[in-house]
Amino acid sequence: MSIFENWSWALDGWIVAAGVLCAVASALLGNFLVLRRMSMLGDAISHAVLPGLAASFFLTESRNSWPMFVGAVLAGVLTAFFTEWIRGAGKVDEGASMGVVFTSLFALGLIMIVRAADHVDLDPGCVLYGAIEMTPLDLVDIRGFLIPRAVVTLSVVTVINLLFVGLFWKELKISSFDSGLATTVGFSSRLIHYLLMILVAVTAVASFESVGNILVVAMLVVPASAAYMLTDRLLPMIFVSVVLAAISAVTGHLSAIIVPSWFGFESTTTAGMMAVSAGGILFLSIVFSPKSGVLIRFVRQRLLAWQILEEDVVAFLYRIEERKLPIGHDFETLRRELLADFVSMKVVLNRLVSRSQLVVDQGEYKLTDEGRLRAESLVRSHRLWEEYLVSHVGIDADRLHQKAERLEHFTDKDLRERLNHETNAPENDPHGRPIPAERDSPKSDQASTS
Amino acid sequence: MKEEIPLAVSDLTVAYHRKPVIWDVGFELPAGSLIGVVGPNGAGKSTLLKAVMDLTPRASGKVLVYGKTYRENRRRVGYVPQRESVDWDFPVDALDVVTMGLYGEIGWCLPVRRKHRQAAMDALDRVGIADFAKRQISQLSGGQQQRVFLARALVQDADLYLMDEPFAAVDAATERAIIDILGEMKESGKTAVVIHHDLQTVPEYFDYVVLLNMRVVAHGPVEDVFTNDNLQKTYGGRLTLLEEVSEAMRRRERSL
Repeated sequence: MSIFENWSWALDGWIVAAGVLCAVASALLGNFLVLRRMSMLGDAISHAVLPGLAASFFLTESRNSWPMFVGAVLAGVLTAFFTEWIRGAGKVDEGASMGVVFTSLFALGLIMIVRAADHVDLDPGCVLYGAIEMTPLDLVDIRGFLIPRAVVTLSVVTVINLLFVGLFWKELKISSFDSGLATTVGFSSRLIHYLLMILVAVTAVASFESVGNILVVAMLVVPASAAYMLTDRLLPMIFVSVVLAAISAVTGHLSAIIVPSWFGFESTTTAGMMAVSAGGILFLSIVFSPKSGVLIRFVRQRLLAWQILEEDVVAFLYRIEERKLPIGHDFETLRRELLADFVSMKVVLNRLVSRSQLVVDQGEYKLTDEGRLRAESLVRSHRLWEEYLVSHVGIDADRLHQKAERLEHFTDKDLRERLNHETNAPENDPHGRPIPAERDSPKSDQASTS
Repeated sequence: MKEEIPLAVSDLTVAYHRKPVIWDVGFELPAGSLIGVVGPNGAGKSTLLKAVMDLTPRASGKVLVYGKTYRENRRRVGYVPQRESVDWDFPVDALDVVTMGLYGEIGWCLPVRRKHRQAAMDALDRVGIADFAKRQISQLSGGQQQRVFLARALVQDADLYLMDEPFAAVDAATERAIIDILGEMKESGKTAVVIHHDLQTVPEYFDYVVLLNMRVVAHGPVEDVFTNDNLQKTYGGRLTLLEEVSEAMRRRERSL
């Protein structure tokens, strides 16, 4: 492995640590931004801290961290405030007012920094995409240990965010879910909103010069969105988002070293790659999410389609039997009559045979007793529905069959009983065909698909 | 307990961009009764409830809850908002939502304890959906969601309940459950103000009614006030002149 030849815990270890801390600190707050549908505000704030940084620099004429920190946080909170204010006073929607505020502030910040750059080492490029690779070079002495300054700052911020989420758990939960209720039980939604905004600004500023803007913006939104797709409870969501954030930071740094070498380049920007990995994780969550993922939805639809086709097959065979129609029972006929594709029909017939609802004899499929039982309850559902649709709903006769054909697949024994009761237990359907009697299945009722 | 007036409103006006939503609303409601608030769409019924609870800024007017301002007596008021007012995909279960009714009592930063969860569970049981306590709330039917909101208000153990269309689009079982709860509330001397849409059931469900269409058309015991004549006035047309004068106010302001 070529990667570990150049790996140095003293360098790469600290870079990954800074990335993970920034990602975790941002993801913690990001959950609430996502749930409050204000993900963009995180983006806006982390851009708009720039003029705050620059203004504090002009005022104090030094690169002392504290005034710059306070100035930047103030600018961030002002963004949240202006956004609210312009939305109210300017009759524009939140997205537009946010766009106005943060682009103006960001541009103002850039102008100020470029002016300042004539005199000092405030580098706009560094501010934009950070210099996480430089993390191990700027060390501070903490009780005899030399630790990168960025790691110290980001650790403090992570602890603050953890404490915030832990202490104000109830308050964040209630005001994110129902801000009206929060206010009526005595937790001012506005206060919690601005507390959250202050911490977003603090996190953005702390991350700014070390890991850059891109990573904060990504980590505020992406891990939380991915976690939201993977779970439907708040505590697991936060936990998952933190884990995903950490994973993206680690894989981000690794791929920043590995991936470019595939194309013959030197390593690329770590912060950028961390954000890209987060995007990759989000993509995977969209595909594999167990509750709403693309994959699971596809599988569920397929299974349902096959189940319906199974039922269509047995009901079809039952009807041929009942009317003694001279129609073949072979694979091709079934496929043509039921408009099924080759693979589906193959799967369905095999399943029916393996459950001994059908037997196959020289290419001809025949119902077994068990299959007939299942078909009977389907046909019974179908005909009861037809009767009900005629007598209670007044559906036209020509559309009757089509409607009942759909409903029969979702009708269990209980619903059949009620249909039977409502239609006064008819013996024949509206077309005059006999409605099969309810027979108790030795196994569970197969017609139910709920 | 001395007979107090649960809710007294006088000269209440709420405007949105100078356009009044409710105008010069005033009434005093009797304690221990079930009060229906009835009026056409856009009559300002929800706005009235929100203005009472300081959730909407008011242009003028005074609201007294048991003789004090809403702020001072906040604990004595329980609110059941419209079901559409929240995001039901929010990652919490039914028990969590009901427990939120107790957050005010628990106080800042303190954790939810077992007795609170038990109280929430009891409230869910009272509205008949204790079995669904651990379900994520989007997996509940509309009626069950409404009952979760009702349970959340119950757990607050308030004296005055403000309910925004609890009967809207619910199944028969939920409707029955809400009626039963309202009956129990009345028996224990509580007062419920309920926004209601179905005129037919008003005499059956409520004993006092407020007819609202921007201003109070009439209020009083159902048998006196819920008359065809008053309903005509409530539903028979909006206060067009009042709307015109507010339109004129806006035009004038713009032309300055």
